[in-house]
Amino acid sequence: MALSGIQIYKLLPQTNCKDCGYPTCLAFAMKLAAKQAELSSCPHVSEEAKAQLSEAAEPPIRLVTLQADGHEIKVGNETVLFRHEKKFFNKPGLFIRVRDTDPAEDIRAQVAAADSYRVNYVGMALSLDGFAVEATSGDPGAFASAISAVRAASARPLILISRDPAVMAAGLRAIDGESPLICGADAANWQAMAELARQHNAPLAVLGNSLDELAELTEKIKETGVKDLVLDHGARSLGAALIRQTQIRRLALKQNFRPLGFPIIAFAGNDAPGGQAVMAAQAIAKYAGFVVLDSFAPETVYPLLVLRENIYTDPQKPIQVQPALYEINNPSPEDPVLVTTNFSITYFSVANEVESSGLPAWLLVTDAEGMSVLTAWAAGKFDAERIAKAVKGFNVADKVSRKRLVLPGHVAVLSGELEEELPGWEIRVGPREAVDLPAFMKQAL
Amino acid sequence: MPVDIPKDKWPGAVRTITLGATPAEGGTRARTVTVGGEKALPYMHFEAEMPYRPVIALEIKDRRPDDWSPLLLEEWGEAASDPASWAKAAEAAGADLLVLALSLTGADGQPTTPAAAVAAAKAVLAASGLPLIVFGPGQAEADNTLLLAVAEATKGERLALGICEDKNYRTIVAAALANDHLVTARTPMDVNLAKQLNILISDMGLPLDRILMDPTTGALGYGIEYGYSVMERLRLAALQGDAMTQFPMIVTPGFEAWKAKEAKVGQGVPAEWGNWRERAITWETLTAVTLLESGADIVVLRHPESVRRVRAAIDDLMTAPVTA
Repeated sequence: MALSGIQIYKLLPQTNCKDCGYPTCLAFAMKLAAKQAELSSCPHVSEEAKAQLSEAAEPPIRLVTLQADGHEIKVGNETVLFRHEKKFFNKPGLFIRVRDTDPAEDIRAQVAAADSYRVNYVGMALSLDGFAVEATSGDPGAFASAISAVRAASARPLILISRDPAVMAAGLRAIDGESPLICGADAANWQAMAELARQHNAPLAVLGNSLDELAELTEKIKETGVKDLVLDHGARSLGAALIRQTQIRRLALKQNFRPLGFPIIAFAGNDAPGGQAVMAAQAIAKYAGFVVLDSFAPETVYPLLVLRENIYTDPQKPIQVQPALYEINNPSPEDPVLVTTNFSITYFSVANEVESSGLPAWLLVTDAEGMSVLTAWAAGKFDAERIAKAVKGFNVADKVSRKRLVLPGHVAVLSGELEEELPGWEIRVGPREAVDLPAFMKQAL
Repeated sequence: MPVDIPKDKWPGAVRTITLGATPAEGGTRARTVTVGGEKALPYMHFEAEMPYRPVIALEIKDRRPDDWSPLLLEEWGEAASDPASWAKAAEAAGADLLVLALSLTGADGQPTTPAAAVAAAKAVLAASGLPLIVFGPGQAEADNTLLLAVAEATKGERLALGICEDKNYRTIVAAALANDHLVTARTPMDVNLAKQLNILISDMGLPLDRILMDPTTGALGYGIEYGYSVMERLRLAALQGDAMTQFPMIVTPGFEAWKAKEAKVGQGVPAEWGNWRERAITWETLTAVTLLESGADIVVLRHPESVRRVRAAIDDLMTAPVTA
C-alpha cells in the first residue's frame, strides 16, 4: 500500500539540504508519494528507511511468474476486490493434475491431449497453462519418471506436488534447470522445501490449515530469502475456500498484510460439491492465481476458459467484435441484411437469436467503437453515415440480390436519412430487442 | 501468528420475502419459500448469519416448447407436454419452487388466451404444492393481459408475477396489489434502472416485502460479466443502506444458458467443445453458481442435473464453518 507524503517525510533525514533537487524534504516526500521522484535522489537516507520505503512500494499481492520454454504465466499483482472497481489483471493459470501412480502411457496421452487443446472464443484461441504432477506414490523414482513423461509430452509450466523434500528433490532433478512451482512447504518441512526453492530459484507454495499458520510460515520462509510464495489455504470445500480466499484478498488489499500478500493456489477436485467445474469456476471468480483441475475434458475446460475471459475482461473496455459482414445460417443473396453494432454483447445477442431461429441472414456489424445500439446512437457513433459506410466498405451490395436492410428498432429515426445515403436499398425497421428478431423475420420479412 | 481477520460491518440488509401462501395464509401451497435477509456479502458467514438459503426454481411451460434444446425435451419427456405433469416432475427433480413461463402462442399458432393461461396456472397449482412464479411471454401487451387474468384467478396464493418492466409495471403491480401477489421487477443489467423501477413500483403502494428484482444476466460467454458486476454492485448498495436496492435477486441462468449455442446444440459445433450433454449442464451450472456468488437469491434453471449440482454447491456454501 502506498505511503502518504507525510509518512514518507518521517523516514527522510528532514535536514532540507536540497541535495535531491527539491527545496525541502517535505516537498521531496510529496513528489515521492506521487511517484514523480526516485528515492535514490536523496544521498542521505538511511538504509532502514530505504528498506521500509521499498517494501511500501511493493504491490500488496506479489506478482509470481511461472515459466517454461517460452510459456509464461503471471499471477498476483491484483488491486481490487470487485472487478467493477477497476479490473482483475492477471488471469489465473489453469493446470491439469496428473499422478505419478498413473501408467506412463496414460500420463503421456492425457498431457498430450490437454497440451494441444485450443478452443476459439470470440476470435481468441484459448488454451490451458500447464500441469501439476503429484507424488501420490511417495517414491522419488516414480515421481521423477512421471515428471519426465509429462515433460516429454508438454513444454508448459509445471507444478510439482509432494510434501516430502526427498521426493521433491528427485522431481526437481528430473527437470534440472527449470523452476517449477514447488508445492509445497508446510509446518513440518518448510526449511527443506525453502532450501529447494532457493537452489532451483523456484516459487514455493505454502500450505497452512489456518490463516494464522499460513501467515507464520510465510514470514519464516521469507527470512530464508525465498520471496516468490503462493498460498494454499487448505480448504477443499466450496464454502470454506470462498471464505478463506476472500479473507486473504481483503487482508492483502485493505490492510496491506504482507504475510498473506501472495497469489492463491486452489484445487478443484472431482469430488467437490457440484463437481470440479463448480469449484474451479469459484476459484476463477474469487481470487485464485492458480487453479488445479483433477482431470482434463474439453466440455469442462471450455466453459472454464470462457469464464476466465469473462471475469477478467476490463469492465471499462467492453470486448468488441470485428466490424464485418457476418453470415448466419448460410444466407443466400435473397436473404435480409440485419444491422447492429460491434459491442460484443449486442453482437452476441443478435447473432445468437438469429442463429437459434434457424433463419438465414446477413449480419452487418458496424464500427460503433464497442458501444451498444442506443449508447452508440446517442454518442453519434451509429448513424446513417456510418451504416452506409459499412455497407459500402464491406461490399454488401455484391453479396445480395435483394437489397433489404433491417435497422434496430431503437434507431428507427435513422431510416429516412439512410434511404438518402443508400439509394436503391429498401430500409426496414426491425424490433428494438434481439429476442424479438426471429418473430419479426418470420412475419415481416 | 494470530491474524486479525477484518470484518465488514454493513448498515443495511436485504429484505426478507416470502413466496407462496399456505391454506392458513389464504392460499393453497403446501409450503412457502423465504429468501433474502442477508446482512453481509454472499456466504460470508463469519460476518453475519445468512438467515435464508438461496433457492432453485425449475422453469416449466404451459405447453411443449418449440424452441427448447432437444436435450431438455428429451430429459423431461412426455411431462413437457402437460403443465401439471411437468410441475410434478419438476418437484420430484428437487425444485424449491416453480416458474411457469407462458408461451406467446398456443400450439396452433394463435395467441395464448387469458383462459388458457389461467387453466395452465391452475393445473400447476393443483399438481404441486410448491410456491409458483408466473412469467408472461415477455411482450408487454401479452404479459398484461395474461398475467392480469392469472393474478385474479389465483388470488391469495402469493405468486410472483413477471416480467414486470418499465413498459408494463403499472398493470402488473396493480394486479399483484389487488390479488395479494408479488412482482419480479426486471431491468436490463443496469444498477440505476433497477433502482428506478423499484421506486416506481413502490410508489404505487406495493409493500416492499412483495418485490423481487431481476437485474437480468447473460449466460457464460454471452455477457455474464455484466450481470455479475451489476449484481455485485446492487448487493453492495443494499448493504450500504440504499433501500431501493434491498430486494432479493432472481435471475434466469437456465433461460440464458440454454439459449447459448454451447448448451442448445449438439451438431455442427467445434469438436473442442466436447461432450454435448456434459457441456450444456456445465454451462447452466457455472452460470448459476457464478451468479449465486454475486448475490442471487433465486436461480431459475431448466435441467434436473443442473439442479442437483447447484443444490450440492448451495449446501456446501451454506454449511461453511463460521470461523473458517
